Amino acid sequence: MILIISDNFVLLIPRSTFVAAIVIRPLHIFSVLCFAFLSYSISIYTFLPAEHSSAGISRTAEGRLVWQKYNCQSCHQLYGLGGYLGPDLTNIYSAKGRGEIFIKAMLRSGVRQMPAFDLAPEEVADLLEFLKAADASGTADPRHFKIRLSGMIEQK
Amino acid sequence: MSFKNLHIGKLFLLLSLVMLVTGLVFGLLAGLSYVLPGQLKELPGFVSLRPLHVSSVQFWILLGASGCVFCGLELLNPGKLNRTLGRLQLLLWVITISGILRSYFLKDFGGREYWEFNPLWALPLALAWLLFLINFFISAGSLKNWPVYLWMWMTGIVFFLFTFTENYLWLFPCFREHFVKDMTIQWKANGSLVGAWNQIIYGTSFFLMSRISNSDAPSRSRLSFGMYFLGLFNLMFNWGHHIYTLPTASYVRYLGYGVSMTEWLIFLRIIYTWRQSVTDIQKHYSYFPYRFLMAADLWVFLNLGQALLMSVPAINVYTHGTHVTVAHAMATTIGINSMILLGACCDFLGATCELVSFPLKRVNRLFHISQLSLLIFWLSLNIAGVKKAIWQMSPHQIPFSRMMEGLQPWFVVFILAGTVLMISLGSIAILLIRHYLLCTLKKSSGNASNINQSHNNHEYPD
Repeated sequence: MILIISDNFVLLIPRSTFVAAIVIRPLHIFSVLCFAFLSYSISIYTFLPAEHSSAGISRTAEGRLVWQKYNCQSCHQLYGLGGYLGPDLTNIYSAKGRGEIFIKAMLRSGVRQMPAFDLAPEEVADLLEFLKAADASGTADPRHFKIRLSGMIEQK
Repeated sequence: MSFKNLHIGKLFLLLSLVMLVTGLVFGLLAGLSYVLPGQLKELPGFVSLRPLHVSSVQFWILLGASGCVFCGLELLNPGKLNRTLGRLQLLLWVITISGILRSYFLKDFGGREYWEFNPLWALPLALAWLLFLINFFISAGSLKNWPVYLWMWMTGIVFFLFTFTENYLWLFPCFREHFVKDMTIQWKANGSLVGAWNQIIYGTSFFLMSRISNSDAPSRSRLSFGMYFLGLFNLMFNWGHHIYTLPTASYVRYLGYGVSMTEWLIFLRIIYTWRQSVTDIQKHYSYFPYRFLMAADLWVFLNLGQALLMSVPAINVYTHGTHVTVAHAMATTIGINSMILLGACCDFLGATCELVSFPLKRVNRLFHISQLSLLIFWLSLNIAGVKKAIWQMSPHQIPFSRMMEGLQPWFVVFILAGTVLMISLGSIAILLIRHYLLCTLKKSSGNASNINQSHNNHEYPD
């Protein structure tokens, strides 16, 4: 075996495979990690599966902007991510006793800590389309998940 | 006294302390919404108070981190920092912060979680950070023989710029048209963003320990570099643990799970080296700024343990969407990041200046009060989170509003502890600012020329 000691790292190489001295510096490791990170990021942007196109897809995008414009995320969550003052709204569109009319009523009247919002009709329509897309994507209810042996969870 | 003669790093630290006080006040006002429903609903309302609090605290962290890097670089390579770039960066921050806080009061939103401001304000913020990056490389120079804290600072600055930009990909319609993909990218950016500023802060912690122990050896050891690369690896790949419940691609979730578990190495190392930690505490306790680092170490242990449990999907399914997540986020921000930054502020702002006596006893008392109140704050949020988790998993759920009413006692404890925390940390910040300004005023008026080098001959650039 051949032992190579540098300021930063120690390498033990079988003599039979020794070709040349290899000194690994922090810059090399940093560069390799950055390359891996960039590759992973690009794979997320381009190869991540996207939902099927639908007539409402541009309204979903616009509805997202309405959600942001009125800062709904300060109090509400989507898939458990957001503020905790109000309930999770991922599946509000199809929830029993909820739905479009309920959402419109809450927006108009407010309740407890939630103020009344004065949305334009197009904004309401876009927001409803966005919440419909959120609902269609899956469930955020933790009771509908199963736990695998690996510790990972999957929707039932 | 003229502000223009002050070192740029000190100016950043002073501004960061102001943002800390601001963030604490808005945090209390926002928290009142939990116990006084309907109060302050419109003026300005939780919808404005939450982002006012979150952004103020973020600016405390980002400005504090920037100030620490500038102060550190000045000590390492005196005179190399570009003053013009530094002051331009500061000016951009002042304009941006003023605009953002004003826009929140006017309910001019448009951004996403943690960055709720109108996206236009992201431009000067990104430009300020780009100037920071340029100034860093001007001062730090070649990568050769860098100690670990320079690597961490560089990494944090570079990755913050990258992930902050990534955070705005949603501006392109093609990114926000697909709900699940959009959320995946959002939490990829958010997760790595926090990791980026943590790199700068942990680098500051290494730098401070080098100063306190008067030895650079720990910052050049293989172990320190190993920890750094493990942290970087997690910054890049563990963000998937935020979105276990999101029906995104399995490889994203499994990779986040696997990478998150590598942090057990750090946790186990803390346990393994606890004896050395005790020795270090005994050795350095008398140097006041060290106490903040000691507190940060304790909070790292508690929060890392909690985070490792929460990163297991089988446990995460219970805690996700509850106040357990809030408890973790707040305790890490206050207990780890803020403690390290306050320790750095004590050190860099010259807490040992002889011209004006530092109110050591008062700050020490406030320090201990802040630790106790933070512990109660953290526990009350965790308990509220557990109760919500039980509700979430219940087959017959009571209405959400009734569940929240049931959490009221814990919210009251949270508010009371938060009030004490606000007063103690805010007072420390104000005392630091006051002490530094008085000291600088006396020096500039020529009353005395001696600076007390109280610990191992550290130099404090003006």
